[in-house]
Parts: sequence; structure tokens; C-alpha cells
Amino acid sequence: MSDTAMKLTPFARQEHEYDIHVPATVGDAAQPLAFAERMWNSSTVRRVVILVVLACIWEAYARISNNPLLFPTFTDTVIAWWEGITSGVIPQRLGVTLRMLVMGYSIGLVLAGLFVTLAISTRIGADLLSTLTSMFNPLPAIAMLPLALLWFGLGQPAIVFTIVNSVLWAVALNTQAGCLAVSPTLRMAGQTFGLKGFRYVVKVLMPAAFPAILSGLKIGWAFAWRTLIAAELVFGVSSGRGGLGWFIFENRNLLDTASVFAGLLTVMAVGLFVESLIFRTIEVNTIRRWGMQQA
Amino acid sequence: MQQPREAGVAAPTASASRVVPLLRASGVTLQYKTPDHLVTATYRVSFDIFPAERFVILGPSGCGKSTVLKAIAGFLKPVEGEILLKNRPVTEPGPDRMMVFQEFDQLLPWKTVKQNVMFPMLENRIGKVEAAARAQDVITKVNLADFVDAYPHMLSGGMKQRCAIARAMAMKPDMLLMDEPYASLDALTRRRMQDELLQLWNDVRFTLVFVTHSIEEAVIIGSRILVLSARPGQVRAELNSPGFAHGERAGSAFQTLVQRIHGMLFGDDRNTD
Repeated sequence: MSDTAMKLTPFARQEHEYDIHVPATVGDAAQPLAFAERMWNSSTVRRVVILVVLACIWEAYARISNNPLLFPTFTDTVIAWWEGITSGVIPQRLGVTLRMLVMGYSIGLVLAGLFVTLAISTRIGADLLSTLTSMFNPLPAIAMLPLALLWFGLGQPAIVFTIVNSVLWAVALNTQAGCLAVSPTLRMAGQTFGLKGFRYVVKVLMPAAFPAILSGLKIGWAFAWRTLIAAELVFGVSSGRGGLGWFIFENRNLLDTASVFAGLLTVMAVGLFVESLIFRTIEVNTIRRWGMQQA
Repeated sequence: MQQPREAGVAAPTASASRVVPLLRASGVTLQYKTPDHLVTATYRVSFDIFPAERFVILGPSGCGKSTVLKAIAGFLKPVEGEILLKNRPVTEPGPDRMMVFQEFDQLLPWKTVKQNVMFPMLENRIGKVEAAARAQDVITKVNLADFVDAYPHMLSGGMKQRCAIARAMAMKPDMLLMDEPYASLDALTRRRMQDELLQLWNDVRFTLVFVTHSIEEAVIIGSRILVLSARPGQVRAELNSPGFAHGERAGSAFQTLVQRIHGMLFGDDRNTD
């Protein structure tokens, strides 16, 4: 057999040892990128560019179709929006909407807190919460509105009830899941520090579950905002003080399409503000900084 | 229960009978439940730990050594026998037995190195000024002085373990429990960490309970080595290690001790390694 001939043997090579250069003699290890490249690397810049392009397309299409009743131009919409703001109509409507949102959201959070406390302290509480969330989470909160109208009549309480429903289950579900996902090592570490009961939950469990809690808050907010606008579209005037949804509905009836667009833009603007400013700031200063979420 | 067979080097403490053990485990049987089984981790394990000892619990994987440590920490109650710390039974976890885990995620990710080290102290009514001073002191001792304001996710595995050790040491606990703290580190870092731990012990003289599955590590770290047999863990031997400096680890005394323990754990079949 030619086995020995087939096997490759590494040939003998010279050994080397080198001196390592001091970094200073190698030259700059890091060089700044060109200005244009740095700008393009900013997601804000890229997004603004996209927005400008979309606005141009909108303007061009509206001018070509030339039907302000169905599709007003971008400039008309901006003018209507500006007039709505300066006349104080939009801010007033927005105020009504936000007040209801804050009310519903906070009641929802308090209830979610109570449910989660129950769920992490007792097994039957955990079962109760998972049963309730699996029942109510798939149910769009707006579907509760007819019932809420029946119970509370036309007016704010019905809408607040609906918002509470949309926030509660999302937040409770995420918080509970987050607490369950906290690593056993971290739990044991917390216990060796002598932490028990409420202090253990507040100082170890909650911060450790914060990424999940925050995503619950975000989902809850998104549900609440959509539910709120939808609920307001259904009624609002009978309580005497309509919100943004009613503003949109009203202007549709008046065939003031530019104002309808302005109302929609305001809804989007608030959504953007809360999602990309408030929640993002919280995220950057907490879970990103702690390395619990990748950028 | 086995009868202790006298063997090996004499105990380093002059008259062990007069020194009171810090911790006494007598006839400890530990069981834990998995979804399908009731596992007996250790069977009637007894040992004493004296102050300033470096007590290593060594055994093959699955011998219940980590379970013993968890029982000392108070996470688990013995089904038989008892564990006494300063003559009081251990019932729950507490800051007098700080624990360092194998996993890197034992640090609180939302706190910096310094805040992590200070946290248990502040939670146990140690004043802010005192806590900050102690934290600074131990952080310097574990060579993390340049990283006091770094968050755990910015640290390497070795640094995280150092921070965890600093956090435990700062509490000045009765005993420091370490559960395979270096098992997830690379070989180079592990060796450096072992030396650092010995250096730290030399400075502070704390009581250390250290769990490992590595015979070399046990011999390097330990002054007293408890050898457990395979599942369910029973005491196979209690040995003294004279302590080996860096250069002596290739020497024959070191190798003899390692081989002796190896024989106890795997029988005298030397061909296995």
C-alpha cells in the first residue's frame, strides 16, 4: 500500500518572533467618515428624505387629479392644518382626546399592576391572569364599545372604559411574561442580598423584566390610541365635547376634505411623537443603555 | 454514613478541636424535583467548615455539589440532616452567605459596576458613605478600578465575575459561596482569576466555599477538599491541599495529589486520561 506516500507531512519551517509596533507609529487607527456619509448614516435624515419625497408625490398626484373634494393637495392640507391649529380648534380637540387617553391609560396601568401582583404572588392569580388575558386579548377593545355605551351611556366614561380594556390586558400579559422570563441566577442573586417580598419585586424583578414591561406599555399605548380615535368616530358630539376623531367625522360631513386630512395628520403626528420621542427616549436611557436590547 | 479514614497531611490549623466550625453539615440528604423525577442529589453528606478555610467541594458532574452549595445558601432545605451556620440552622438565603454564580447574568444589568457592588450593602442598612468606600476598596482589589461606571454588558466574562466577587466581598459575609465561578471562562482568564482569588484571600482571609468539577482547580484553590462520589453524592474523602504556587503546579507533589483524587473519582484506571 502507498499509505505512507499519500500522507502529507508538513515541512519544517523557520520560527519567527517579531517586535510589536507602538500604535502611534502605525498611524491613525480611527478616521472620521466624510460628512455626507455620516449624514446618510443617520436614520432621521433618511426618514426626512422619504417624507419629503412622499409629500412631493402627494402634491403632484393631487394636482394632476385636480379633485379637492376627494384628494386635496398637500399644500391645502397643510394650510387647513395650520388654520385648525391657529384657530384653536385642533388643540382643543386634541386636548379632549389626550385627557381621555391619559385617564384610560393610567387606570389600565393601575389595574394591570394589581393583576400582575396577584399573578406573581399566587399560583391561582397567575392562572386567573392567563385565562383572562387569553380571553380578552384577542378581542378588539372597540368591540366592547356598544356594551360600554349601554352601561355608561354616551360620553367619556364609555370611551375610558374601552381604553382601559385595550391597555389592561396587553400590559398585564407582557409584564407577567417578563417577570417569568427573569433568569433564575438573577432571582437567586437578589435573594442572597436578603431581599424579600415587595422590595424584591420592586428592586430586582421589575427592573429585570423592564424590557418586556416597556414593550407592553408600547403595545398598550398603540391599542389605546387606535381604540380611542375609533371610538370617537362613533360619537362625541352628544357629550358636547368631541375629540380628534369627532373632528375628522365632522369635517367629512361638511365635505371639508382638507380638514379631514389635517385631522388624520394630527392623529399620525401624536402617534409619531409618543412612539418615536417619548418611548424612544425611555428606551435609549434604559434598556439600550443597560445592554438589554440591541440598537 | 462512612467512618472517616485518617489520611494525608495534618490539618494546617494547630488544634482543630478547639476551633469552632463556622458551618456544620451533618447527614445532609438533598432532593429536588424535576417535572418527571424526584432526584436525590446527595445522600447523608457531612462536613465542617472552619473560619478562613478555602473549602472546595469537588465531584463529577451530577454529584450534587452545586445542590450542596445551594443548600448552604438557603435555597434548598435538606430532607434529612441539618446545616448549621454558627450553630443556627440555615433556613433562607441571606447576606451573611453571599454567592457568586457561574452564569454571567448574575449582575444587575441596569446598574453600573459600582452600583452593583453597592446595591446589597445599601439594601442591608449600610450607610451610603461607608458603602461607597467599601465598594471602591474591593473594586480596586479585583482590578476593576477603571470600570466603576461601566454597565455589565460592556464587560468581558472575566470582568463580570470579578465584579460579582467584589459585590459579594464588599458585604463582608461570614462565608463566600462560589458555584463554579470560572467554568465559563477561557483557560487563560481562568488561571489569572484563580491567582487573583488566592491573592484576595491572602489579603482578607475570608471563608470560601468553592464548587468545581476540575481536580486541578480544586487543588489550586482549596486548603481543604471535599470529594463527592457520583450520583447520589456521598463523601468520598476530605483532603488537605498545602496550596501550590504557580511554579509548583508542574511539580510532582501537585501531580501526586491530582492523581490521588483522580483515582478516587474514576477508580485507579489511569488509562482513561
